[in-house]
Amino acid sequence: MRLEGRGQIDRDHPVRFTFDGRVIDAFRGDTVASALMANDIRVVGRSFKYHRPRGLYSAGSDEPNALVTTGRGRDALPNVRATMQEVWEGLDVTSQNRWPSLTRDVGAINDLFSPFLAAGFYYKTFMWPRAFWERVYEPLIRRAAGLGRLSGEAARDASEKAFAHCDVLVIGSGPAGLMAALTAARAGADVILAEEDSHMGGRLLSETDTIGGLSGPQWVGSVLNELTALPNVRVMERTTVTGAYDQGTYGALERVSLHRPPGRAPRECFWRIAATRTILAAGALERGVAFPGNDRPGVMLASALRTYVNRWGVAPGQSAVVWGNTDTAHRTARDLASAGIHVAAVIDARADATTTGDWPFYPGGEVLSTQGRLGLKGLQVRHGRREFTVWTDCLAVSGGWNPSVHLASHIGSRPVWRDDIQAFVAGPEPVPGMDVAGAANGIFDTAGCLADGLRAGNVAVQAIGLETHSPDLPDAEATPYAITPLWEVEGKGRAWLDLQNDVTTKDVRLAAQENFRSPEHMKRYTTQGMSPDQGKGSNVTALAVLAAATGATVAATGTTTYRPPFVPVTISAMGAGAKGKGFAPERFTPAHAAAVELGAPMIEAGLWYRPSFFPLSGERVWRESCDREVRMVRESVGVTEVSTLGKIEVMGPDAGTFLDVVYTNTMSSLAVGKVRYGLMLREDGHVMDDGTVARLSEDRFVLTTTTAAAAEVMRHLDFVAQGLRPGLNLRTVSVTEQWAQFAVAGPRSEALVRSILDDPAAGVLPFMGCTEASISGTGVRVFRISFSGEKGYEIAIPSDRGEALWRLLLAHARMLGGGPYGLEALNVLRIEKGFLTHAEMNGRSTAFDLGLQGMMSAKKDFIGKALAARPGLLGETREQLVGLRPVGAARMLTAGAYLFGEGAAATREAQQGFTTSVAWSPTLDTFLGLAFLVNGRARHGERLRMVDHMRNVEALVEVGPPCAFDPDGGRMRG
Amino acid sequence: MRLTCPHCGERDLREFAARGSAVVLSRPSAGASAEEWADYLHIRDNPAGEARDLFYHTPCGLWIEVTRSTITHAVIAARPVREAKP
Ligand SMILES: [Zn+2]
Repeated sequence: MRLEGRGQIDRDHPVRFTFDGRVIDAFRGDTVASALMANDIRVVGRSFKYHRPRGLYSAGSDEPNALVTTGRGRDALPNVRATMQEVWEGLDVTSQNRWPSLTRDVGAINDLFSPFLAAGFYYKTFMWPRAFWERVYEPLIRRAAGLGRLSGEAARDASEKAFAHCDVLVIGSGPAGLMAALTAARAGADVILAEEDSHMGGRLLSETDTIGGLSGPQWVGSVLNELTALPNVRVMERTTVTGAYDQGTYGALERVSLHRPPGRAPRECFWRIAATRTILAAGALERGVAFPGNDRPGVMLASALRTYVNRWGVAPGQSAVVWGNTDTAHRTARDLASAGIHVAAVIDARADATTTGDWPFYPGGEVLSTQGRLGLKGLQVRHGRREFTVWTDCLAVSGGWNPSVHLASHIGSRPVWRDDIQAFVAGPEPVPGMDVAGAANGIFDTAGCLADGLRAGNVAVQAIGLETHSPDLPDAEATPYAITPLWEVEGKGRAWLDLQNDVTTKDVRLAAQENFRSPEHMKRYTTQGMSPDQGKGSNVTALAVLAAATGATVAATGTTTYRPPFVPVTISAMGAGAKGKGFAPERFTPAHAAAVELGAPMIEAGLWYRPSFFPLSGERVWRESCDREVRMVRESVGVTEVSTLGKIEVMGPDAGTFLDVVYTNTMSSLAVGKVRYGLMLREDGHVMDDGTVARLSEDRFVLTTTTAAAAEVMRHLDFVAQGLRPGLNLRTVSVTEQWAQFAVAGPRSEALVRSILDDPAAGVLPFMGCTEASISGTGVRVFRISFSGEKGYEIAIPSDRGEALWRLLLAHARMLGGGPYGLEALNVLRIEKGFLTHAEMNGRSTAFDLGLQGMMSAKKDFIGKALAARPGLLGETREQLVGLRPVGAARMLTAGAYLFGEGAAATREAQQGFTTSVAWSPTLDTFLGLAFLVNGRARHGERLRMVDHMRNVEALVEVGPPCAFDPDGGRMRG
Repeated sequence: MRLTCPHCGERDLREFAARGSAVVLSRPSAGASAEEWADYLHIRDNPAGEARDLFYHTPCGLWIEVTRSTITHAVIAARPVREAKP
């Protein structure tokens, strides 16, 4: 029900939303939880295992019961805590884990079988027979598992991710956090203040104490006015810091626009915050008491009830009983009475406690059980030897406070037990650069929290080398904290610990009895703390029950491991922007748009996009275009873009000496104006990459690498230059993106090149020659090299002129009867010639395997030389590169197929090699293949079975040399 | 994780390529035995404590030797491999 005249809601702004289709009246400032309470809706969810009706238990992100789904279809968000979801006009909320409705749920039948569904039930029941694991048990368990349901539709990519850096990150904005932020901010530090709630202030928004003569919210407002006016402070509300990572890095989830109707703003933003110093002022979470029937709707945390009453002006009923073991119980009773709620009883576990209020008071008493089906109606209370019933619709319970040490424990530090406050606190500097302050540090009075925030703020300020400017501490509440342990009340009926996973004290005792006595084992056995709330409210109580069952102290029992995230993080926030085009960068070549204009389908080559072929009208399948392009290159002239090749310049007096170290063959002897094919090995003797080396001048070389290995080769060159040969005088630089490059290949290539050069004579180059020239006044580099086996050139031009040159080359090529060719034709041309790609340089092949052992200089050391000479990398046992042609009835070859002796069985043991590349050769009118074959060079002429088990293809093939066309290279040298 | 490139300053790990232990800087000379090569290529210490690892800062092309703790993940120092060379 709504309490008149109380709360920080805006009563001038009514808001309507729906809950399970029912229209709910609320006010701006309400959460779904406070609005449901205002409308007397008591059952807000069903528990996971037994489908027990459950009500609001907390008022924050630790809420175990009120998990709901917001939105529909692709916008649906399951497992939203109703306590964190602010209302907005038109918000669509549905309850979970119930059918057909919250109050009439068929699944509740599980509750009747609860004696058979105790902890370990799954392990014991679903073990036998083994054949049932996958087909019967798993689908059964999966159907029953999980709280909310996913819509099954792809979510909108509606979130963002962001990065931030600061001197001081303050986590939490209660009295400690605000004072720490103010202290750091006044000293001039860059401060980020992150608060999970929609409003800054922490408990100050929920309590009635004054601070510096102001109400809590007023004092918070005054501090915020100062902080938000400072340029060095970023105040982030609705931002939960979810994890602590190495080097002062924190993950944080900001609920950017989930509190208002969908618009253009992102839904959530996942932040990575790098902080020099961090002050964890995340406060403390109140814990309940495990007693029979403690899951009845209407039983809730005392601090939560105060929040509902004081902050939102709502109450769960007309009367309430308060039960606790600290002064928090009395504070709650006072607030309830002043709000006009009948306090039916105050029960204090401390036998020596006194009270000031006008209500029935039972020091040393306890609650034995609860009554009421869909909501609390009454309690059985024991006081001294007397047992009696108290009729009430709400029980506010407090078993003490657990400091929020989660983030302090994320990278290995274990919390330590303090007997005086009956709670775990963080050890000193639990995370490098982190200080813990306020209630998170085990200080539970406002004055103490303010002073501790000031202290932590000054520690941070000094650590980053600034001068301290301490603000004055305002007067505030300073009640000493006195607690007596109150974990559980044993009796008839189930006493619940983990409300989300339906774990009871009996389950924990059963775990101990079956020798799952360590906290980690108990957790796995009972599923305690394994639900979306990760046991925020229940873990410490469960540890206390475990300690009692094993006869150990809580301190000696210890905790389970705290792991990120502190609250569930949607995958769509963590992966924001990484779907579709956002998944990987796209690299486009200078002539990309011109190739697309010609209708060329693009194929991905790493991050690059390359044209596959250039279809002409009337061509129906890619092979028709590809065959035509191959014939065009062999017969007239073709042009293709090779800008994706890695291009690296090596400069300096020792450049040649350096290249001798990285290439197997000698490069220092290369004449200026000449190009040489080069082979690079890894230090372990296997081939890394191949390419060309051109010497532009005495101390300037330009290297090409394959597209795939460009980055690896660059790293390798720099490693050798800086790490292995630091004495050599040279520099390396990648110029891949600075130069566009085009291959011109075919018998008419020279005519084409001469026709576009400013000085046609520059086009008269010997095979493997290179020169600098110009086209329309732009300096270009011309190389007489060939990857097609035809007379060929490659022309490099600064990237910004690449497209213009491509258009010029095409225009001139067409006049000569030629045109563009794509990656498919390029591949066919090189297979006909037996040239290599990374299908052959596959990381396992050696120069010997590839037939390139002649390129390994005997006269010098080079990377990979020693280990390429290992006995296992040479000789007849190696799979060596060969060429294949079909000779039987089946004409098709496939890549990745295995080779077997002609009469041998196609089994793994009989495997002789495998195919690496295949192509239909229009030049030779046959399929051609390249393959690795054991001792292959000695087996030319032999016939083998090629079997592709995957595609169900088989062919009889004949082994030959890798080069099938123009073996003496006459066409290439031209 | 962030590393400090001596050229560029503190940068995110995603700008770096890792290459493991700095022992690869001590390449055996020509004529070394097979055992020396095997050690160089394959045998690595697995220290609990300070380790020296190599990273390549892709944007500027500098190879650096990073001293870090395998226990706390603290990055202790970073210097160009040119200066790290024994
Ligand atoms: Zn750098």
